[in-house]
Amino acid sequence: MPELSYREAVRDALSQAMRQDDDVFILGEDIAEMGGSMGVTQGMLDEFGPERVRNTPISEMAIVGAGIGAAMQGMRPVVEVMYEDFTTLAMEQIVNQAAKHRYMSGGQLKVPLTIRTQGGAGWSPGAQHAQQLEAWFVHVPGLKVVFASTPSDVRGLLWSSIYDDNPVMFFEHRTLYGIKEDVPEELEPIPLGQARIHREGEDVTVVATGRLVHEAIAAAGEAEAEGVSVEVVDPRTLLPLDEATIVDSVKKTNRCVVAHEAVTRMGFGAEVAAIVQHQAFDYLDAPIERVGSRFVPIPFAPVMEEWVVPHSNDVLAAIRQTVGRSESSNGAGHVE
Amino acid sequence: MAQVERKGAVSEELLREFYREMLLIRRFEEKVEERFRAGELPGFLHVAIGQEAVAVGVCRALQDDDVIASTHRAHGHTLAKGTHPNELMAELYGKVEGCSKGYGGSMHLYDVERGNLGANAVVGGGLPGIVGAALAFKFRDEPRVAVAFFGDGATNIGTFHEALNLAQLWLVPAVFVCENNGWAESTPAHQQLPIDDLSKRAEAYGMKARRVGGQDVEEVFAAASEALEHARGGDGPVLLVCDTFRLTGHYVGDPQVYRPRDELARLRETEDPIEKLSARLDLTDEDVQEIEAEVVEIVEGSVEFAKAGTDPQPEDALKNVYA
Ligand SMILES: Cc1ncc(C[n+]2csc(CCOP(=O)(O)OP(=O)(O)O)c2C)c(N)n1
Ligand SMILES: [Mg+2]
Repeated sequence: MPELSYREAVRDALSQAMRQDDDVFILGEDIAEMGGSMGVTQGMLDEFGPERVRNTPISEMAIVGAGIGAAMQGMRPVVEVMYEDFTTLAMEQIVNQAAKHRYMSGGQLKVPLTIRTQGGAGWSPGAQHAQQLEAWFVHVPGLKVVFASTPSDVRGLLWSSIYDDNPVMFFEHRTLYGIKEDVPEELEPIPLGQARIHREGEDVTVVATGRLVHEAIAAAGEAEAEGVSVEVVDPRTLLPLDEATIVDSVKKTNRCVVAHEAVTRMGFGAEVAAIVQHQAFDYLDAPIERVGSRFVPIPFAPVMEEWVVPHSNDVLAAIRQTVGRSESSNGAGHVE
Repeated sequence: MAQVERKGAVSEELLREFYREMLLIRRFEEKVEERFRAGELPGFLHVAIGQEAVAVGVCRALQDDDVIASTHRAHGHTLAKGTHPNELMAELYGKVEGCSKGYGGSMHLYDVERGNLGANAVVGGGLPGIVGAALAFKFRDEPRVAVAFFGDGATNIGTFHEALNLAQLWLVPAVFVCENNGWAESTPAHQQLPIDDLSKRAEAYGMKARRVGGQDVEEVFAAASEALEHARGGDGPVLLVCDTFRLTGHYVGDPQVYRPRDELARLRETEDPIEKLSARLDLTDEDVQEIEAEVVEIVEGSVEFAKAGTDPQPEDALKNVYA
């Protein structure tokens, strides 16, 4: 099994799709000579040329829209939006156009478009380059939303997103590009809507996404030392959501924590909590705890940024809360 | 000052002040590069080395209560608009004494007292607000002008076009200053702009436009003065395109793999606005050394000031979300 970084895994999925299929092409700002602001598409210009690795002007609305148009003609474009903060500039095209053409046309059209973007805090880029906005898109019928947390996941999920016949918002996390994982020799597509259980446990289920998957795994290790057995579930696809895996896990552990880097308020965790309380109400032994960023824009100064976004100790505090050992909690501000 | 100075009539004394200010910005940004490489500055930074004549030429033509909106490449505009180097450096170090109190960082420099309505990390993000600020001046009959800085790359985003259209439609006192450095990050002009002369963009909106050599501070100053007078006088907005050069990477640490290898060295030889100005001025070696020593001391002082500054408390993050 080869080892790939998260960055290489994204590149590998894109490249393999482009090798086998002329309908796949990529477009975005600075993706050609520079290989993207995160270096994901490095080398792809040399292999595929400037027609299929299209550098664009700074025109998020138009490049997403062009992706939609090409997709409706049967191509499978992958648009890179440099930072997810800038998906806000393309919101109209994503929400009103991409998500609705199939429906409004009574099923005549399909929009097999993938929009890759990345973001997240942890490196002091300031308030306009550090947001986690994935939950916004889960609110829109017609879109699919993926948030991959490991190299093998990002590879298999991106492939499935490219070959899905619907518009997919594909989130990557800035701080994960360097992490490595063994991936299957042959690219194995991962179906959209299938969660991954990272770690089995008996006492508490932590449903985590993105960077928080890794924080949750670390917290689970620490909880174990305290005699608390934690199961870590990464839904991987936020829409559609693998409700069964989450609910089954909670039915086993009877406790649930949801964790993401985005603010808790109206966050993805709120949706998970609603589903769990409805489908596993009689199984719950404790209120569901939510871990996320404090409800502020991401501040610049590192001491503030560090305090605003959640870390493994916040997940641990939430785990302790659910098992009634919250005295030692020090990150309760993140837990709602 | 802006009203009495005319092209060809910029006094030697004023030009010397421009020189000093451009050199201060240059030395400040070189220090920023150095401190970033030393790992002292968080986040990421864009310097405007090579573009100093635009910042100084435009800001020196402003009156004190005119306002600006800046970009991700904001240090020069901020200093030229009057923010003390200490406060700017403190911001880059994330200190409470910083011009944005540690909340903003390099791409979000604010100094409202001095008319700086903020640097913007979203390309084109500041332009519509400048139309609104100018509208407020017009409503209140205040003889003020609102000025937006932005790059050539920003002329491709919707806000640029919508803002210019609206500004002209409402004839507000705004000046749009395009720093045309031929690059948007790694993307050269020919990959992002189907036209050469960006001042033509204004034609579509019936807006007055000027295109000037942005490496010549005197030319920028003269054109900016004229544009400001036009706007202030109620004749409507102006697009001022300043052709300039980014004599550095897009961000500090940018390996610039996309840029022809010898281009930078060549341009540094031929297109340095500070060299150009110094060649034009009758500066003796002594003058040069004196000015150099003065600005270096200010810059060193700003680093000391910043390092001795106060870190915010983590809980301060909860403040300032709402008014
Ligand atoms: C809406 C948006 N898209 C993309 C970016 C990423 N980005 C930051 S600076 C930049 C290039 C800007 O080029 P230009 O406007 O010419 O300014 P310059 O950097 O040359 O000063 C890009 C693409 C951004 N900050 N905002
Ligand atoms: Mg530019």
